[in-house]
Amino acid sequence: MTDLTDLGVAAIRDGIAAGTFTAVEVAEAFNANVAAAQEALNAFIVATPDKAIEAATAIDARRVKGEPLGKMGGVPIGMKDLFATTGVQTTAASHMLEGFVPQYESTVSQKLWDAGAGMLGKLNLDQFAMGSSNETSYFGNVISPWKRNDGGNAALAPGGSSGGSSAAIAARLCPAATGTDTGGSIRQPAAFTGITGIKPTYGRCSRWGVVAFASSLDQAGPMARDVTDCAIMLEAMAGFDPKDSTSLDLPVPEWAAGLNADLSGKRVGIPREYRMDGMDADVAKSWDDGIAWLTDAGATIVDISLPHTKYALPAYYIIAPAEASSNLARYDGVRYGLRDLPEGSGLQDMYAATRAAGFGAEVKRRILIGTYVLSAGFYDAYYTQAQKVRALIARDFAEAFEQCDVILAPTAPSAAFALGDNTEDPLKMYLNDVFAVPASLAGLPAMSVPAGLNREGLPLGLQIIGRAFDEQGVLNAGLAIENRAGFTARPAKWW
Amino acid sequence: MSVDTATVAKIAALARIKLSAGEVEAMVPELNGILAWVEQLGEVDVTGVEPMTAVIPNTLRLRDDVIDADPLTGGGIRDKVLANAPAAEHGFFGVPKVIE
Amino acid sequence: MTESTYRIQGATGEWEVVIGLEVHAQVTSNSKLFSGAATQFGAEPNAQVSLVDAAMPGMLPVPNRECIRQAVRTGLAIDAQINKWSRFDRKNYFYADLPQGYQISQLYHPIVGEGSLTIDADEKAGLPEAKVIGIERIHVEQDAGKLMHDQHPTMSYVDLNRSGVALMEIVSRPDMRSPAEAGAYVAKLRQILRYVGSCDGNMDQGSMRCDVNVSVRKPGDEFGTRTETKNVNSVRFVMATIEHEAARQVDVLESGGKIVQETRLFDPGTGTTRSMRSKEDAHDYRYFPDPDLLPLVLDDAFLEDCRQSLPELPDAKRARYETELGLSPYNAAVLTAEVETARWFELLLGETATAQGKAPADVAKQAANWLISELFGALNKLGKSLEDSPVSPSAGAELLALMGKGTISGSIAKQVLEKMLETGDSAGAIVEREGLKQESDTGAIEAKVDEILAANADKVEQYRGGKVALFGFFVGQTMKAMQGKGNPQVVNEILKTKLG
Repeated sequence: MTDLTDLGVAAIRDGIAAGTFTAVEVAEAFNANVAAAQEALNAFIVATPDKAIEAATAIDARRVKGEPLGKMGGVPIGMKDLFATTGVQTTAASHMLEGFVPQYESTVSQKLWDAGAGMLGKLNLDQFAMGSSNETSYFGNVISPWKRNDGGNAALAPGGSSGGSSAAIAARLCPAATGTDTGGSIRQPAAFTGITGIKPTYGRCSRWGVVAFASSLDQAGPMARDVTDCAIMLEAMAGFDPKDSTSLDLPVPEWAAGLNADLSGKRVGIPREYRMDGMDADVAKSWDDGIAWLTDAGATIVDISLPHTKYALPAYYIIAPAEASSNLARYDGVRYGLRDLPEGSGLQDMYAATRAAGFGAEVKRRILIGTYVLSAGFYDAYYTQAQKVRALIARDFAEAFEQCDVILAPTAPSAAFALGDNTEDPLKMYLNDVFAVPASLAGLPAMSVPAGLNREGLPLGLQIIGRAFDEQGVLNAGLAIENRAGFTARPAKWW
Repeated sequence: MSVDTATVAKIAALARIKLSAGEVEAMVPELNGILAWVEQLGEVDVTGVEPMTAVIPNTLRLRDDVIDADPLTGGGIRDKVLANAPAAEHGFFGVPKVIE
Repeated sequence: MTESTYRIQGATGEWEVVIGLEVHAQVTSNSKLFSGAATQFGAEPNAQVSLVDAAMPGMLPVPNRECIRQAVRTGLAIDAQINKWSRFDRKNYFYADLPQGYQISQLYHPIVGEGSLTIDADEKAGLPEAKVIGIERIHVEQDAGKLMHDQHPTMSYVDLNRSGVALMEIVSRPDMRSPAEAGAYVAKLRQILRYVGSCDGNMDQGSMRCDVNVSVRKPGDEFGTRTETKNVNSVRFVMATIEHEAARQVDVLESGGKIVQETRLFDPGTGTTRSMRSKEDAHDYRYFPDPDLLPLVLDDAFLEDCRQSLPELPDAKRARYETELGLSPYNAAVLTAEVETARWFELLLGETATAQGKAPADVAKQAANWLISELFGALNKLGKSLEDSPVSPSAGAELLALMGKGTISGSIAKQVLEKMLETGDSAGAIVEREGLKQESDTGAIEAKVDEILAANADKVEQYRGGKVALFGFFVGQTMKAMQGKGNPQVVNEILKTKLG
């Protein structure tokens, strides 16, 4: 009997529909993996095995009656703990929301349940989605299932902020998971753990019920082990939501059915500014491999320029903290979440004490930066300037897309680093997102697919960026790479 | 632009985050490092560039004026609203007494 | 237009008062500005609060078309420029009545630009001339919740029902120079809002609140530092705030002090203003465009629809009552003061014109006088408003027709009205039943007059000798003999003829 936990979204769904195995069998298998790995990997904040069984039971019942099972029928998934789930604790990995039980379901998670998926648990993440290594969670670091081949056994970062999602998928604790990507938080962890993830066009997935970090950048997206699975899951997650004013009022294309790895007639842009001085040799080689593969798929390679690339990260680290400083103001101990009320304190003292106790260091840092750049006297110099630079970055892409159809670049400047390597200097951590952030600022769809292993035996990812609304083009190029990369590596089980 | 301990203390107060003197001290170089790094945005020639106002060009939809049209964004759900309250009192949220 | 002569007499000379008003008007709509929760006043605490209003994690705003429409209609009513492109900004601060930790407002690009309104001349109120008061802008924003401090010894209670209700913030230019001007401005603005139907103007319920900005200066000097007194909720209190605050500022300045730019509260009990607990950083609101919302773009069709939907506005209506209907300025002002009164009057006028087969302009004075002098008084005695009048416009029109045709006299009509209010019966039925038709037959009246003159021959002599005041005596006696049913004009004519 196949190990059910080696199967992906499509295989599980199709197998259940065909009666090869039941949804409950699948849920039980993954529940077991989740439980067994929790101590070692800490990928989940809370496991919900009963919910997975409940959803699976319902699917099995529907199957017996011959009723439709849905795009994700019987597929158990991990839910990043940034999505509000009715009756199930939702923490954003913060002490501030420890014990918070939403009385509502996020639009995206509801769509997934409606499509037949079941919930294995709430996945760990960087606190309030702020981080690139899952080292800022109040509930402890997530440990990547990958190890270097140097025999050193150093604990590695699974990437962030969707570190629980990426670790869980790579370790076969779930076939797929939701992530969110604000400045690379789906793509970079996908690259670090050798899985696939896509951030769709801004507005493609509803933000209603997703704990907000940076409103103009946050996007939900699927993470899974291959492009097809991502396409299926994205179809289930996406769609217009009238409760979100930034939601795109466009029909959801049939991305899975439209997958086509033949890139004849397509032009792939290679942005020269992404080839940075001192680039990791393995990353550079992986990029060259990608170029060769896409050429083999029929594409023409075009040299393009994205002149304002180096300003993307600094612009991001003004805009995102600014928005976050305002979005996180609601965490004040009044209506929900932590309340810290020292003896004799008044209202404003309660705020200050609650927020000091509730937020982690990185969250505080970003709130302070954001508060500063919006404050009187600095608004124009920082925030307005950053939004203008952002407009230029978007323009760079628009102009580049006159000469190419998709852009190919590395996802991250390196493979996974060890936990603790980048925590001394916040800036060092921020630089992890150098390749990912530009597409976020421009709201463009972008995905990471595994390209190969580096010299340390760790995964490297390649990033495809597409035009707004052209998730299909991005998925197709991703599939072309996937077909040729032959990436079958998986972390050796040590947990 | 760089910050000193007084500025950091002031920002922390604005943001209602209580920081100890030590924490304020520690924040100064961290924030200054980040601020120095973002300074480079000042190099960019933004003449004639409008700040971005919408990530993907789109128009703001206006909603019909119907009470509780969508139960998820309507009222009449006091129990849900108070369900996670640290101090719910007779249908109100209780907070430390404020004197105006 | 001459400048106001209102001055404060100080020890060092005369001081002029400069006043600007920011009025927060709750928008009349079914649901809130950014959520579907209801807006009705007086609900159980937190019963009209959505997840969005409670600022739960992951909540997002979606604007209400009707609130936008009301703001545009109001802007059109004050002849203001409507900005087809406007944007929402977040105003960030921490308070228990502000769940999001920011208020969604419009700082940089408000929906309505510059407009104005005219305050009317009112000698009695100290306003010798009409004056145009400029309005800088109107923007749309969220109202905050309510805090109660007296329900518990150590806790304040938060009710978010009001949180998220749409407000129009109407900002005047600092064009006012006296408490009377400010009072008139608030009254006029309230009148316009009620005519437009965009705000019910119930200041005691808090639907309309004023922030009063006051500064003083020696005439001709630059503007002085101003203070802001928040949430003043009646015209009377607005005027009292200005009087107190201006006097206080003059005292401070004349003792060598400086005015601190600060927020103050008016205490109706003492009639004074006091400084609010200092919120040192309260002024750094870190405004930035709300990233959960896109720019608001209005098309010409929307604007035109708003324009078409406007009723005749108070100034235009009052002018029309004077010029087309021939009403006195006083009566025109009384009838147009409240939109409901004008509406009732116009119904009455229409029915009256129809009942008497005349043009409205020909019966307008009659209808106006009756409404103002008779019905208002009668309703007042019963403690009823015009809206609750047991006598409808058509019933009133019937009564007026009986008068107009000479069937009853004016004094009989007063009695009939009382009976109508008591019984709910129609004027015609009452007149018939009680035999109140007036006697206009000259023969019958002559006979009575002869009787009276005969019985009072001495007084007739005195009258003819020069005591013309006795005419009233003869009228009274004649009417008494006729049980009040004599047609007064005919009685007068016949008496004049007979007395010589």
